Amino acid sequence: MKDVVLEHITKSYNKGAVRAVEDVSLEVDKGELFGLIGPDGAGKTSIFRILTTLLLADSGSAAVHGFDVVKDFRAIRSRVGYMPGRFSLYQDLTVEENLSFFATVFNTSIQENYDLIKDIYEHIEPFKKRRAGKLSGGMKQKLALCCALIHRPEVLFLDEPTTGVDAVSRKEFWGMLRRLKEQGITILVSTPYMDEATLCERIALIQNGRIMSVETPDNIIASYPHALYAIRSENMNALLHDLRRAGEVASSHSFGDHHHITFRAGGEEAVQQNLLQRLREAGHRELSLQPIRPTIEDCFIQQMPA
Amino acid sequence: MNREIVIQTERLSKHFGDFVAVNEISFEVYAGEIFGFLGANGAGKTTAMRMLCGLSIPTSGQARIAGYDVYKNTEDIKKNIGYMSQKFSLYEDLTLEENIRFFGGIYGMSSRQIKAKSDALVEKLGMENETKKLVGALPLGWKQKIAFSSAIFHDPKIVFLDEPTGGVDPITRRQFWDLIYEAADRGITVFVTTHYMDEAEYCNRLSMMVDGAIKALDSPANLKEQYRAASMDEVFYEMARGAQRKAD
Amino acid sequence: MKQFLTFVRKEFYHVFRDRKTLLLLFGMPVMQIVLFGFALSNEIKNARVAVYDLANDAASRRIIEKMEGGGKFEMERKAWNREGVEQAFREGKVKMAVVFPAGFDDDLSHLNHAQVQLIADASDPNTANTLVNYASAIIMDYQRERMQAAAIPVPVSTEVRMIYNPELKSVTNFVPGVMALILLLICVLMTSVSIVKEKELGTMEVLLVSPFHPLLVIISKAVPYFFLSLINLTVILILSVTLMGMPIAGSLWLLYGVSSIFIMAALSLGLFISNVTHSQEAAMLISLLGMLIPTLLFTGFMFPIENMPLPLQVISNIVISKWYYIIVKSVMIKGLGLAAVWKETLILVFITVLLLTMSARTFKNRLA
Repeated sequence: MKDVVLEHITKSYNKGAVRAVEDVSLEVDKGELFGLIGPDGAGKTSIFRILTTLLLADSGSAAVHGFDVVKDFRAIRSRVGYMPGRFSLYQDLTVEENLSFFATVFNTSIQENYDLIKDIYEHIEPFKKRRAGKLSGGMKQKLALCCALIHRPEVLFLDEPTTGVDAVSRKEFWGMLRRLKEQGITILVSTPYMDEATLCERIALIQNGRIMSVETPDNIIASYPHALYAIRSENMNALLHDLRRAGEVASSHSFGDHHHITFRAGGEEAVQQNLLQRLREAGHRELSLQPIRPTIEDCFIQQMPA
Repeated sequence: MNREIVIQTERLSKHFGDFVAVNEISFEVYAGEIFGFLGANGAGKTTAMRMLCGLSIPTSGQARIAGYDVYKNTEDIKKNIGYMSQKFSLYEDLTLEENIRFFGGIYGMSSRQIKAKSDALVEKLGMENETKKLVGALPLGWKQKIAFSSAIFHDPKIVFLDEPTGGVDPITRRQFWDLIYEAADRGITVFVTTHYMDEAEYCNRLSMMVDGAIKALDSPANLKEQYRAASMDEVFYEMARGAQRKAD
Repeated sequence: MKQFLTFVRKEFYHVFRDRKTLLLLFGMPVMQIVLFGFALSNEIKNARVAVYDLANDAASRRIIEKMEGGGKFEMERKAWNREGVEQAFREGKVKMAVVFPAGFDDDLSHLNHAQVQLIADASDPNTANTLVNYASAIIMDYQRERMQAAAIPVPVSTEVRMIYNPELKSVTNFVPGVMALILLLICVLMTSVSIVKEKELGTMEVLLVSPFHPLLVIISKAVPYFFLSLINLTVILILSVTLMGMPIAGSLWLLYGVSSIFIMAALSLGLFISNVTHSQEAAMLISLLGMLIPTLLFTGFMFPIENMPLPLQVISNIVISKWYYIIVKSVMIKGLGLAAVWKETLILVFITVLLLTMSARTFKNRLA
């Protein structure tokens, strides 16, 4: 069963001046952990709002858990959990008050579904008397997740839950999502962090309102059309400049402590040696060049329209 | 190596009541360096950065920014630094041209200086056709580039960047770092915070804040060696995991 | 129902945890009442009075002498003319003028009846009133003197002219005005801001995507402010009775009843504003400019509506606080019952229903 279906959804703002979502179609299976991967302004939030019945699309149709987002919006609203991107809870209420408030709004109680949030809530329980405004970013995200889960939703929509959260909290957060998935909840999550893509079962790469590809992370990586190499030297900045000037190099992007490059016309051994030779002559030391497996970010860059 | 020191702190601390937000941090940053300032949420980065920018008076310790004392010469500090954050960067309801003119103006540059520099800047960014457009209508990536350019428009000694690339697409993110390198080549010291660990690799040196204190400070390569880690991600994770302070 | 109550409780938390706003809410009416109480105090000393004595006979001189004696008046005796008196008023050099017509004593003796004119600067109505009362008392006193001497009654009639503010609007008008203003401020401003705040926080999105009926979200936001307004109303009434010595002449029930309707109207207005704005600043600006200024201008407690040009008088009819003000004045000061103000009450109810419909109509179930 498909839990989320979008068919040719288009949405624009300011009377068509800003085209936020353009002809987006995708399907999410029941119990799937699905990621919308793309930068700010790609249209992720608009898609989430259309699915959570907060926005009406200009054209196309969408359904969540079998219900139409326009006709059956009431049915959807009682079955989904939603954590908006800028969601920051009630700063002047305590952790506990926030949670019990949302429980009541969703017609349930903390006790009723405690088993679902227990894992997450235990992290913040020591601070349950503290006002939400005084929590750190990571803690707030956990509390917000608890609030979105408290009514045991069928489908969970998380709009950029890890933005502005440090690497450690992000890792923890994804661990929680995987455990929730095991409980059978369908999860749709968006993120601008490309490295989080591999933590999803399937992802959609999205840019400027258009979906570039929908696949499992492995398949997206496997379909990378070029041979990719990582190159480094002592002076990375100068190396990048030289690579950009080299005619045989088709693309060069810095990735942490390496630059990732592709060659025009394949990149045979001879071409590589020639490049290294020239770079050495240009004064680069400790050069290394080796083939590597692309990351999602490589794929994203490759798929981005020039 | 005898390099000019532009940021020097010694046992710099900030207390809020009983709470020690920044606990005796001591470090030096050299001219033209790209200095990464990392730490988990709540580790004290923002508080420390505010003190360095002259926005917050320390509780104890010493610090000199661009040669000025953080207690006495906060106004001089402000004249010699640039600042850009992800949250506030530009006035969305002003045009690109008006924004640049404004930022030049508040640093007391003459109209002629502003004109000459902004023409050069617009040309470099390739935004000649957008100068009369409202900034709000430009793509996020462009805004970030303009914001950075505005922050260093008055040729400050140091520019503080608070998560400058959050949410930006991968290509623009790299173009942004090109701008950072360029600024560093011009001798501007870049003090940057980020949540992208690959960006941490681009810094000359990194400091890691944990629970208000600086737990490690070295080049990315040395840090990885020291922690026997394959990536900065692992170093960061290893270090921040030990943090006691989580909910503040 | 339980959901609704939880919601209302949450709203009360918000209200009580924002100490500064709370202080402002309750401090404002107290401040205003106290300030005006002192500003309008009745103590008068050495008020300058222009003496325009066209008679200059024994009777006029005697009255002037008596007025000078009490220490209340400082009589400016010089060769006044009409223009001079007017100018002295305009420049604020005198607070009152006494005009004796030519042949004052003769009139008294032969016609058994004479007139003294008292002209007072009523831009400060309380002072004017007090001055005129003092002066009248002194003239009455003089009558008694003459009566004892002459055995036949010698009536001196004083003709009083209040200039600049003929209706003597003052503290009695002020309390109902403050009531209208404060209630409007709390309800419109606080409600709209608190709802828009949820929009800014992003919590509104979550509440919309919940089974809780969205209209209930809005209504439960209004509940705390309804009660706060009633408390505030009580504070104002207590202050005006104890501090200003202004008794409530009419029915207290009627007063609270009408106030509740007015509060509902103001709340719907606040909800309406929150429906059409997206930032706290915008909501605040619209509430202040759109509510405060029309209330001050068109309600009638600062500027008399009768003196306004016709178009403005017409406009004043849609300002809801004007009707509330009329009703409260009638009930509180004149002690009139519903029978006397049913028309105004009906208008008030009508506007309330209109505003409620308007805010329900503009309420959006979605974001855009």
